[in-house]
Amino acid sequence: MISYILRRTLAAVILLLVVTAVTFAIFFLLPRLAGQTADQLAQQYIGKSPTQADIEAVKQNLGLDQPVYVQYWDFIKGIVSGATYDLGPTTAHCSAPCFGYSFKTHVEVWPQLTDRLPVTVSLAAGAAVLWLVGGVTAGVISALKPRSFADRTFMGIALAGVSLPMFFTGQLALFLFTFQWPIFGREYVPFTENPSQWANTLFPAWCSLALLYSAIYARLTRSGMLETMNEDFIRSARAKGLRERKVVVRHGLRAALTPIITVFGMDLGLLLGGAVITETVFSLHGIGEYAVQSIRDNDLPPILGVTLLAAFFVVLANFLVDLLYAAADPRVRIS
Amino acid sequence: MEGKQTIMRRSTLAAVAVVGSASLLLSACSKADDKSDNNGSKSAGANAATKDVVNASTQKGGTVTYEYSDVPDSFDPGNTYYAYMYNLSRLYARPLMTFKPGAGESGNELVPDLASAPGEPSDGGKTWTYKLRPGLKYEDGTPITAKDVKYAVERSNFARDVLSLGPSYFQQFLEGGDKYKGPYKDKSDKGISSIQTPDDNTIVFKLNRAFQEFDYLVATPQTAPVPKAKDTGVDYVKKIVSSGSYKFESYQEGKEAVLVRNENWDAKTDPLRKQYPDKVVVKLKVNAETIDQDVMAGKAIDLGGTGVQAATQAKVVNSSDQKANTDNTYGGRLVYMAINTKLAPFDKVECRKAVEFAVNKVSVQTALGGPIRGDIASTVLPPDIPGYQKSDLYATPGNKGDVAKAKEQLKACGKTSIDTNISARSDRPAEIDAATAIIDSLKKVGINASLKQFPSGKYFTDAAGVPKFNKKQNIGLHMMQWGADWPSGYGFLQQILHSDAIGDSGNTNLSQLDNKDVDSLLEKAIASQDQGERDGLYAEIDKKAMEEAALVPLTYFKVLLYRPAGFTNLVSTAAFSGQYDYLNIGTTKK
Repeated sequence: MISYILRRTLAAVILLLVVTAVTFAIFFLLPRLAGQTADQLAQQYIGKSPTQADIEAVKQNLGLDQPVYVQYWDFIKGIVSGATYDLGPTTAHCSAPCFGYSFKTHVEVWPQLTDRLPVTVSLAAGAAVLWLVGGVTAGVISALKPRSFADRTFMGIALAGVSLPMFFTGQLALFLFTFQWPIFGREYVPFTENPSQWANTLFPAWCSLALLYSAIYARLTRSGMLETMNEDFIRSARAKGLRERKVVVRHGLRAALTPIITVFGMDLGLLLGGAVITETVFSLHGIGEYAVQSIRDNDLPPILGVTLLAAFFVVLANFLVDLLYAAADPRVRIS
Repeated sequence: MEGKQTIMRRSTLAAVAVVGSASLLLSACSKADDKSDNNGSKSAGANAATKDVVNASTQKGGTVTYEYSDVPDSFDPGNTYYAYMYNLSRLYARPLMTFKPGAGESGNELVPDLASAPGEPSDGGKTWTYKLRPGLKYEDGTPITAKDVKYAVERSNFARDVLSLGPSYFQQFLEGGDKYKGPYKDKSDKGISSIQTPDDNTIVFKLNRAFQEFDYLVATPQTAPVPKAKDTGVDYVKKIVSSGSYKFESYQEGKEAVLVRNENWDAKTDPLRKQYPDKVVVKLKVNAETIDQDVMAGKAIDLGGTGVQAATQAKVVNSSDQKANTDNTYGGRLVYMAINTKLAPFDKVECRKAVEFAVNKVSVQTALGGPIRGDIASTVLPPDIPGYQKSDLYATPGNKGDVAKAKEQLKACGKTSIDTNISARSDRPAEIDAATAIIDSLKKVGINASLKQFPSGKYFTDAAGVPKFNKKQNIGLHMMQWGADWPSGYGFLQQILHSDAIGDSGNTNLSQLDNKDVDSLLEKAIASQDQGERDGLYAEIDKKAMEEAALVPLTYFKVLLYRPAGFTNLVSTAAFSGQYDYLNIGTTKK
């Protein structure tokens, strides 16, 4: 088990390094290869009419005068051992993990990420519970009574849910439940401050996000369950005289869960990297919103920070999924 | 300032754009037109705040909330270049001069703020002296001195490696500005020698040329005092020391700022600020549609001040009751298409004139949102900038283009057809639509233009603002928007017509107009003490630029503001691109 975890951790570190290198190359190396000079790059971060001296100073301050591989190395070094930055009259030490300072706002990246993470986690976790419970329940009912009214209703909702884009359902939920009938709050309140207010504010966002995802889970569960419920071991379980509820939950659903867990791990991991449109629509100051702002500003340090964080969550979620496989399917053993 | 009231190099978020589109559908679900405003009070009428102060009141207390769909460049008065931040920052940062709150063009009047009187020019306008008001204090009770103003100018203009987002006019105009290394590198207490502080209440600026509009320069937040001992450079934004009527209670980067009354601000030292609300809250990154809903519900003021979204616009202009709560006014900006005077065949004036005659401005105006978003333009200067004189050198029937005259000019240019490219910003849908309308117009006269799109963030640094790139890519036409850095002909024209503004990259003179007459007229104007003469010269420069067909004026941009109920002292000012003047807005709500 320990060697398995070590191997996975090493693989994860290598993967994260590759992700940072690719992101770095996309934002810094490719423009250079396309003919963009360091001066042009620096000019993006200065106001109007910069002098050559201004450009040189910015290049030096941001490290843009260095070869790209040196810049990349400095970035990685900062994550591992921290870095020192020139703030003007003073310098500041940015402790590890240091993702640097924004080129645009000169604000340290890591505190921004940790500050915004609870918002994104709150959004993703609440929505995940809703879509998992709703999607799987709908899928099971549909599978047990195929072609029934309930099946057609659930699958119809699923089709609508997966077809309607987030910016539509989100905007609709916002309009109906916060403006037209102001049932829910709008200002995000941290869970630690007021749990009920936290849930009240996030509920429309959870529902919008859950509608989109639960559709996929309902269909996945339905098809998985339909297949499983016709297996020999289900017939054997029924022949043994087990109660139908036990047959469905312990034998049928458990066997159908494996692909659902896989998809769930990926979805949750990706969402923790930022639900861009949901955060934008509901004015939530999460990781996704930060990512969008950074991309608009072509602001490399925050982009790298967000990318690395998102990749970390995907890797972590996949690792947890592998562990859950063993619990869900006794045939799987971690080695 | 280019684009949306400022340099605005930020692109529009695609996700937000689609959200906006979705809301068009949603607007159909909204309730029927209300009578009066959403709070039931009687409206002052359409455009009332462009003529006078609406809901004038001296009522104190309550919280005034501003909402913004984006994030500003910085709250640091020495590191910002957005018109709305120039406007808002005056609550906590007092510049030497500022604009008197007033409706429309009366808001362009400069009045002393930290200074006790306007600048006293000497040496033909090369030296400017200001006296500070007595009894000025920071939020911590320490006195404000002329040295602090000097330091503020130094840090904002000469430390652009860390405070890079504001303009650098002082660097350009101060004597020895090109040599001074800035207060962070030059550790001596002396500072730049061309700013002198003979005593704690006097500050003297020595310029490298006569500059008769210097009072406008000292009206920027860059002259708001900063105590050297409290300056933390980049981090100063986290703990700004207030010299205004409000101070920061909290600041969360990219999220929210809360301002409360500054107890050490003394009304006796300040004839402008009234300190009406108890608290001012600025919320950032709020969904644009949510802002519209809040504004219409009387809960917030749109900080950006560019006006309502397309869906809300459709709703309010079709309801006479709701339209009565709007202010539709010029935003001090010109939407235009620059013609590259250095790129063949547009290096010949006749070819440029062919473009002038060919463009159907009505279709462009429609693409930009219709008359409510801008009147058809025919001059470089918009009507709300001093120096504007009505003129139309390339008048066409109904402003719909004149194919015959355009072909005539094309023939005079020695061409029957031209193949070129037109640049526009990919994240500005209206600009793309306008460029598409222009392409259609040009096609009718034999000018075949293809659209080339670039993101806003790279438009000036990598594309339209790079002459070599344009030559290589055969880009002869550039979509552009421009607003004045300060409301004068010089503040508007210099950066888009003077040859000094042509650079290898980051060029804002997209026409690359290098005309000696225009340059010398601009220099002559700024050295003239007589405002009437200056304005006359600006009109002459405008005419000259149009004779040269350096650009095609498309529309004089207009904002459409919804006037939220429950807020007092609302007045739309030309000084800040038609925004409400934020200095004395109060609330009737507790």
